[in-house]
Amino acid sequence: MKLKKILTHRLALPIGALVALVLLNTIARPSFLSITVRDGQLYGSIIDILRNSSPLMLVSLGMMIVIATRGIDLSVGALMAVSGAVSLTIIKASPRPDDLGVLAVAIIAGILTTLILGVWNGFLVAVLGIQPIIATLVLMLAGRGIALLITQGYITTINSVPYQFMAQGYVFGMPFAFLVSVAVIVLVALVERRTALGMLTEAVGINPTASRIAGVRSRGIIWGAYAASGLLAGMAGVLYSSNIMAADANAAGLNIEVDAILAVVLGGTLLTGGRFTIAGTVIGVYTIQTLTSTITFLGVPPAVTPVFKAAVIVIVCLAQSTRVRSWFRSRRRHRTQTPASGMGPGSDIEQTPALVGAAEGSAR
Amino acid sequence: MVSDDHRSVIRMRGITIEFPGVKALQDVDFTLRAGEVHTLMGENGAGKSTLIKALTGVYRIDGGTIEVDGERRVFGGTADAQDAGVWTVYQEVNLCANLSVGENVMLGQEIRGAFGIDWRRTHAAARSHLEGLGLTIDPRSPLASHSLAVQQLVAISRAMVSDCKVLVLDEPTSSLDRGEVEQLFAVMRDLRDRGVAILFVTHFLDQVYEISDRLTVLRNGRLVGEFPAAELERTQLVALMLGRELDELESIDAAERIIDRDGAPVLRATGVGKRGSIEPVDLDVFDGEVVGIAGLLGSGRTELVRLLYGADRADAGEIEVHGDPVRIGRPRDAIGARIAFTSEDRREEGIVGDLTVAENIVLGIQARRGWLRKVSRSEQDEVVSEYISALGIRPADPNARVRNLSGGNQQKVVLARWLATAPELLILDEPTRGIDVGAKADIQRLVARLSAEGMSVLYISSELEEVLRLAQRIVVMRDRRKIGELTTTADTDVDDLVAIIAQGDAALPDTAARLKEDAA
Repeated sequence: MKLKKILTHRLALPIGALVALVLLNTIARPSFLSITVRDGQLYGSIIDILRNSSPLMLVSLGMMIVIATRGIDLSVGALMAVSGAVSLTIIKASPRPDDLGVLAVAIIAGILTTLILGVWNGFLVAVLGIQPIIATLVLMLAGRGIALLITQGYITTINSVPYQFMAQGYVFGMPFAFLVSVAVIVLVALVERRTALGMLTEAVGINPTASRIAGVRSRGIIWGAYAASGLLAGMAGVLYSSNIMAADANAAGLNIEVDAILAVVLGGTLLTGGRFTIAGTVIGVYTIQTLTSTITFLGVPPAVTPVFKAAVIVIVCLAQSTRVRSWFRSRRRHRTQTPASGMGPGSDIEQTPALVGAAEGSAR
Repeated sequence: MVSDDHRSVIRMRGITIEFPGVKALQDVDFTLRAGEVHTLMGENGAGKSTLIKALTGVYRIDGGTIEVDGERRVFGGTADAQDAGVWTVYQEVNLCANLSVGENVMLGQEIRGAFGIDWRRTHAAARSHLEGLGLTIDPRSPLASHSLAVQQLVAISRAMVSDCKVLVLDEPTSSLDRGEVEQLFAVMRDLRDRGVAILFVTHFLDQVYEISDRLTVLRNGRLVGEFPAAELERTQLVALMLGRELDELESIDAAERIIDRDGAPVLRATGVGKRGSIEPVDLDVFDGEVVGIAGLLGSGRTELVRLLYGADRADAGEIEVHGDPVRIGRPRDAIGARIAFTSEDRREEGIVGDLTVAENIVLGIQARRGWLRKVSRSEQDEVVSEYISALGIRPADPNARVRNLSGGNQQKVVLARWLATAPELLILDEPTRGIDVGAKADIQRLVARLSAEGMSVLYISSELEEVLRLAQRIVVMRDRRKIGELTTTADTDVDDLVAIIAQGDAALPDTAARLKEDAA
């Protein structure tokens, strides 16, 4: 009974997937779990995963909020390119690239730009009522163009020690980027769960009409979700550019929307909107990042990685599909109810419903 | 017109259809003969559409048999039904608006020549089919360029091309004007005389008697009876549709309370209407008064209260709350004026199914406060446990998902949501539909108590006993108009109301007299 409760918990699937991946890695490479301390700073594969997952974490949290409203935000990758381009262009133009004031202005400008673009996405969806997938497709395509315009078609590179610190520096022995992602997780959890925003967002996602009748400001909530997604994508873009110290309008955040959607769905938030789980998304992100690392560890050429991710997506979707689940369940029951009678499912259209009903009745 | 030697085209016997938790149809028999117009009557939830969907292969039946021309059939989908000659024309036309009239008529039956489809001959065939129904339009014109009425006739032509034996017309007249209805009826009579069996659904009583040969009445998923139209009086028909609920409910007699109507009313609507939906209506609701709205489905009762709440936007009229004019264009405006509303469509417009009972109850308070000021845990526990016990919500588990509750308990949750916001006017649209007798009594008792404590209530119900029991004043609506208003007295009974609904107020002199007294 207790085991069943654990198995049917909604985080069972994502946690199981993550544990399986970690086990696989440890078997393939026993040093996977080892963490070494050098100069009071932690190093190791796990630490790398925690650090490298930061941009995806920020993007996925934004994606989760948007998905909860029944929406989707395809523009996050392009917005990452925009914020990186804005920030680095400002730093490059400055004579003092190591000055913290300059950096603050650059970072805030970058994030503010994507916040505005997120507001634009929200306007299209919440006010004009355009389908989310189309509305955000606009910036998914145009965003990289905007980034290229800002960098004038070049890959802007900079030298700035403090800027590089964001992706590669350590604080209290932990990677700074990881601490940023933790701070954002805590912030999102506080805003969504300590206020009523999370519940109202879920209400709008589950039943927009009933929410409107109940007096919920659904327009504002949906609009805010896209703005938040834009803001978080902007932060992710800054972290990404700080890691490579370059603003690459074509490569920054490429296909990250796919990973983010996968992380959210893997975490147990349904694409149909409604109930969302922050813990699930966090686990989903680490699972995706571990998967990416695993593929590299196993020596699979990077060009082939999408095949592995696709395989994971298929498995996750099948595991979450109610139809597949009920099919398995009814098969099990069929087998116990009609042993060797040759009455497979669907052998007689008219009789199947009765059979299933009878099986359900006696199973109870 | 109908004689017994007319052969039965459709024989449905013992049809039962179940949805999770509800029996939508229970052991219903239905017979359709060649060359008749047979009208299916019943209120919302009576099972009309379910029966039609069983006949047209949309729903799989859980029990019973369907025979077409004496041969037993199992429909796995609409295509099976169409193969058997059963065609449906829905209220919203199911044609391809971007194709031409001729392409729509001949879809799947195009005439082929040596080089694929011979469009010239196909369109010529379409033209002759259309003319067969008295429709002289160019088959090459785009379908979207024609009115809804013509589109319906095109849909009928399409059914005739496929040699249809049974034509199902599901509320075809609901958005047609008088002339268009006449045109449709002419076509229906013509088809009937050619031996087509027509199953017709409408909410307009006049139309029922104008076109029908026979009637089948359903109520609560069960067959009430089958009648020749000429032998069933309007009043009888309405009474059959609405049903006479046995008075299992303990006597709740809020109706005779004296209401002080001197001050400014809580709500005064003047000429509130919306084109194409409802004609301008005047309505007052005073402090502590229960005003019932009686009328059949489609009479405009739901449309009216949706305008008052801002669920739909009125295009005419003024609303005053406590004598002050207010603009109500959306639900938040109404909520600001302390008006609450529960929709007749509990699942789509009431509950938020995947949220818990507790979350559903505090949703109203929370929406008023905005997202920043969260209803605290202790406050929520207090409010939720208070309403769960006050309304007797079962299971009494605040963390249960609302979608798993029964209809009656879901309704109580929605009521609790509103009562927690302390409204001054409560608009209840069919609050007792589709719920069990116990919950019905609970809800009626609650309404009586709330109004005695000073809350004003606008109460819509198809069950006239309920309205009579609770309301001090009853507004009667018919054909999207308010046709009268009466103050209930001890000797007002259901027959009075049925007569007004069926005939209009002119039919009942003593009511008319009573109305004049009210006015004086």
